[in-house]
Amino acid sequence: MQALVSLLKRDLSLAYRQRAELMQPLLFFVLVISLFPLGVGPEPKTLQLIGPGVIWVAAILSSLLGLERLFRDDFSDGSLEQLILSGTSLSGASLVKVFAHWVTSIFPLIILSPLLALFLHLTEPMYWALLKTLLLGTPLLSLIGAIAVGLTVGLNKGGMLLALLLLPVFVPLLIFATSAVEAASMGLQYNAQLAIIGAMLLFSLALAPFAIAYALRVSQN
Amino acid sequence: MSVLSVNNLSVVKRDRLLFSKVKFNVVAGSLTYLRGVNGAGKTSMLRVLAGLVEPESGEVLFQGEKIQDCRNDYALSLVYFGHKLGVNQTLTAVENILFWCDLHQVIATTEQVYKILAQLSLVGLEDIPVANLSAGQQRRVALARFWFKKNAKLWILDEPFTALDVQGIALLNQQIKTFLEKGGAVVMTSHQSLQIEYPTTEVTLEYNI
Repeated sequence: MQALVSLLKRDLSLAYRQRAELMQPLLFFVLVISLFPLGVGPEPKTLQLIGPGVIWVAAILSSLLGLERLFRDDFSDGSLEQLILSGTSLSGASLVKVFAHWVTSIFPLIILSPLLALFLHLTEPMYWALLKTLLLGTPLLSLIGAIAVGLTVGLNKGGMLLALLLLPVFVPLLIFATSAVEAASMGLQYNAQLAIIGAMLLFSLALAPFAIAYALRVSQN
Repeated sequence: MSVLSVNNLSVVKRDRLLFSKVKFNVVAGSLTYLRGVNGAGKTSMLRVLAGLVEPESGEVLFQGEKIQDCRNDYALSLVYFGHKLGVNQTLTAVENILFWCDLHQVIATTEQVYKILAQLSLVGLEDIPVANLSAGQQRRVALARFWFKKNAKLWILDEPFTALDVQGIALLNQQIKTFLEKGGAVVMTSHQSLQIEYPTTEVTLEYNI
C-alpha cells in the first residue's frame, strides 16, 4: 500500500514538474474548439448542433495526444523494469498511474469545459449533460487508452498505431455521449446514455488494470 | 544452498536462438560471472533470470520454485541492475532512492539516503534533478540501491562498471564482496576483467548464428 501511495505522489509531482508538456494537449483542445465558431459562423443553432460532437471529438483527440506520456519515460529510463521487479502489484500500480494521468491531464479539460460550452452556445441543460458525460467518459478513455499504450510502449513510433488501435474503441463512447447531450438539448431524459457509459466505465475499471499489467509485462520482451 | 537453478534454458530473441539448454546453479555466497562476446545473449540471460522476459523453453528456479510462481518472494530477495538505470531524470537523487525503497518495501530515512549518497561521492548533488548529473554520477545514484536492500539474497548486475571511474569501480567491488561474504549470491556480466578477490564461477555463452 505504501508503495502505491508513493507511486501516486511521485507521478503527481512529476506531472507538476513537466507541466509544460501537460499543457500541450490542453492547448490543442482549446484551440480546436475555439476555431469552430470562427469557421462555421456564429449562428447559435448550428453551433448547438455540432457543439457536443466537437467537444467530445476534441477531448478524445487531445487525450490521445497526452496518452503516450503515461508509460513512455518509465519505459525508456528503466523505472518500469524496477516496478515490475519490485513485488508491488502491477495492476494496482497501473490503476494508480492511470488515475494520476487522468487527474493531471484530463481533469483540466473538464475544468475548462464551461468556457468552451460558452464558445459553442450550449444551453445550460446541454452543458450539465456534457459535464456528466465527460466525468463518466474520460476515465474510460484513460483506462482503455492505457492498455494500448502498454502494448505499444516498446515500439519506437507507436503514436500512429496507438490512434488506429484506440479510435474504433472510442466510437461507442462518442455516440452515447453526444446523444446524451442531444437529448438534453430537447429537454428529454438522458439517464439511459449515462447508465451505459457508467457501465462501460465500471467494466473497464474492473478489467483494464489487469490488461494494462499484462501489456506492460509483454512490453519487456 | 542453491539460490537460483537454471534448467535447460533456451532463449529466442527476434527469431534468433541466442542459446539453448543452458544449465547452471547459483549457490549462496557465490559469484557467477557471465561471459560472452557482444550479441551472445548475456543481457537476455540476465533479463530471463530476473523474470522480466519469458524463456522459450526451460525454467529458472528460485530456491526450488519457478520464479513465475513466486514472484513476490523473488522480488523481495532480488536486486536487478540493468542497462537502463531505473532512475527518473526529472526527480532528484534523494527522491529517486526514497521512491525505489518504498516500491521495494525497504525502510529508509532521508538521513540514511544522504549518508549513502555521501559515501558514493555525491555530496551537494542530492537535491538537483538527476538529468543534470554526469553519466557516471547517474549510475552512482542507481547503485545506491545495493546499499539499501539488506535482506536481498541475489544481485543481478548487467555491465555495472560502465561509465564509472576507478574509485566508483572500487566502491562497487567492495560492496559486492561484502554482500558475497555475508552469503549473498551475485550474477553479473562485465567486459572489464573482474577485480574482485573472490572465487568466481564462469558461465560462457557462445555466439550462435
